[in-house]
Amino acid sequence: MKKTLGAVAAAAAIAMSLSLSACAATPAETNGQINYWLWDSNQLPAYQQCAADFTKANPDIKVKITQRGWGDYWTTLSNGFVAGNAPDVFVNHLSKYPEYAANDQLLSLDDAVEKDGIDLDIYNEGLADLWVGQDGKRYGLPKDWDTVAMFYNKGLVEDAGYTEEQLGNLDWNPQDGGSYEKAIAHLTVDKSGTRGDEAGFDKNQVAVYGLGLESSGSGQGQTQWSFLTGTTGWTHTDKNPWGTKFNYDDPKFQETIAWWAGLADKGYMPKLETTVGASVADAFGAGKAAINTQGSWMIGQYSSYKGIETGIAPTPTGPDGKRASMFNGLADSIYAGTKSPEASVKWVEYLASADCQDVVASTGVVFPAIKSSSEKAAAAFEAKGIDVSAFTTHVENGTTILFPITENAAKVDGLMVPAMDAVLSGKKDASSLTEVNKKVNALFE
Amino acid sequence: MTTLTKHPPAATYKAPQQSSRVRGLSKLRDLRIALLFIFPAMIGLVVFSLVPTIRGIYLSFTEYNILGEPKWIGIDNYTAIFADELFWNAMAVTLQYVVINIVFQIVIAIGLALLMHNVAKSTIIRAALLLPFLVANVIVALLWFWMLDYQIGIVNEVISWLGLPRIAFFGSEQWAIPTIAGVNVWRHMGYTALLVFAGLQAIPHHVYEVASLDGASRTRTFWSITMPLLRPVLALVLVVTVIGSFQVFDTVAVTTGGGPVNATRVIQMYIYQKAFGESDFGYASALSVILFVILALVAFIQMKFLKGNESDLD
Repeated sequence: MKKTLGAVAAAAAIAMSLSLSACAATPAETNGQINYWLWDSNQLPAYQQCAADFTKANPDIKVKITQRGWGDYWTTLSNGFVAGNAPDVFVNHLSKYPEYAANDQLLSLDDAVEKDGIDLDIYNEGLADLWVGQDGKRYGLPKDWDTVAMFYNKGLVEDAGYTEEQLGNLDWNPQDGGSYEKAIAHLTVDKSGTRGDEAGFDKNQVAVYGLGLESSGSGQGQTQWSFLTGTTGWTHTDKNPWGTKFNYDDPKFQETIAWWAGLADKGYMPKLETTVGASVADAFGAGKAAINTQGSWMIGQYSSYKGIETGIAPTPTGPDGKRASMFNGLADSIYAGTKSPEASVKWVEYLASADCQDVVASTGVVFPAIKSSSEKAAAAFEAKGIDVSAFTTHVENGTTILFPITENAAKVDGLMVPAMDAVLSGKKDASSLTEVNKKVNALFE
Repeated sequence: MTTLTKHPPAATYKAPQQSSRVRGLSKLRDLRIALLFIFPAMIGLVVFSLVPTIRGIYLSFTEYNILGEPKWIGIDNYTAIFADELFWNAMAVTLQYVVINIVFQIVIAIGLALLMHNVAKSTIIRAALLLPFLVANVIVALLWFWMLDYQIGIVNEVISWLGLPRIAFFGSEQWAIPTIAGVNVWRHMGYTALLVFAGLQAIPHHVYEVASLDGASRTRTFWSITMPLLRPVLALVLVVTVIGSFQVFDTVAVTTGGGPVNATRVIQMYIYQKAFGESDFGYASALSVILFVILALVAFIQMKFLKGNESDLD
């Protein structure tokens, strides 16, 4: 007995001294190192290069980059805030930062911008202002942007007798869908080879859908329907950013969604229930859909499917005679609890500088926020044989609509995902969204 | 620790028949040693179960977004929950899952256990039945998610090859819960069968001999001997599986995420969505407390009516 107790005591003592020494070691480690998180693995190499260049210029600061998938990213980040060990700097999203800012988790960058004379005009228009919170403080410096376009299967389009010019000049309206719907119908082929716009088309035995379906798009419809609603004069909220009233009860919106859901009914687009599982991009890669509307961050994936030649066309023009695309921008933010605010600011400023964004541009994965770097990225895509003008046209012609920035974004999603699913799967009429809109707006009262 | 070693315990054990005062002292000393041994387990219980449970109950009376401070709001969360359509939907969906899961799991497990007991005596076959249970839940869910995919899943390829219409196993509102229940039945049936199998082996052989001497049929023997004598094991299995299936989460989280619409938004998924998705930790805690009460009641009723703590063998 004596022996055992002694052993336990000794073990406890060792354990304690170990944990004490571990405690003592921690602060020393954080000196000179800042942690940086991002979610897109495609961009990891570019930022590793940036970090290496940065450390070369600032030998006393090392950057440790951690990449986490989108799904884990936000919960791990929240846990980090609570535990006080969130990364010093992280890639932030427009749908998330309002909540973090409201809870004082982000470091305001106003002083740094003023002191270091950061020129905010070098970024594409509107990107920098997206990150000014409701309290008027700046919580991020722009890193990249994205818009939406149509990816199409060149082989299938050719078989249907469409030229690439025709596909790039489609028009749409919510009543009969215009030439956009005609193209989608014609590109749809059933098992017996009958096209969607021909007599005898069997909508229950479709081999190739004209339009792929990713999801119902929740309340934003970034890649699903916002490029349509944006041409009708409809906006998500009463003002953006920081709107407090959503417009899902607007007939213009409901009409558009009803038309879109109708495509699934007609057999031109897969039913929602069939899209749970394989990603929309993989179905495209398997030749099961002729057109996918997707964001520019997917260029790499869509261009890499073997045996499929992918073309990119701009989204159709709408009732207002123009195209539209949601314009989303990411930024780097600093955690308010960082132990090395000065080094973090330096790193964020470097990430937002042409030095780093040119490196990112050269990899041809995303469009950096800085105008000159954006052009370099377009050239890098060009060099890979990918024409990205369908994405850049929106920025050049000012046909972008900003991603709706509001508070309660997660709660709005909680209401809108099931509601949109119900409409798209035909369980409910688009007019049911009026009732949901009341619930959404009640969140802001 | 040091005080304990000051007096060698041998001294008191030498004369156990001493006065009651001394016996009381030795009992006290036993208690101390007992506590010392319980201590490590107690740490785990207190730190990982008791404190979080109490804090969870406290948080259920607050508005708490995890980044700020909890704000006491009384029973507001509870009144909101009872008016919350999604809560009732979650309860209905969860119950549907539990019923399908339990019925199939227990029936199949008993069948498998009988086969293990009477037919498949090879250890390899018996072990093979356990294989699905050895694979992590998430992997099992993803595997089936893939195999049952509407467009490219092998199951639908076979269905379509047979000339039947494809089934959106995870995508249709009618199929989603039965599919998820089915996946978990597949994963757990081997383990449950093993428990039942252990129960079968505990039934003495002579009762069967007597039954066959009396000319009882196989069916009669099963219902009048096997099932009653299995009752304690079945009660345990039922309690464990019911509680386990009320807490279904991982399979839903990695496949449907609660959809289509709300067809698979089981209670744990809803709690997770409220807490980690919408940062409404107070509301999520209140939901958890309600689930806790329901499970406690279910376990209590089952133990009471199935008399899980006594055997008919005595």
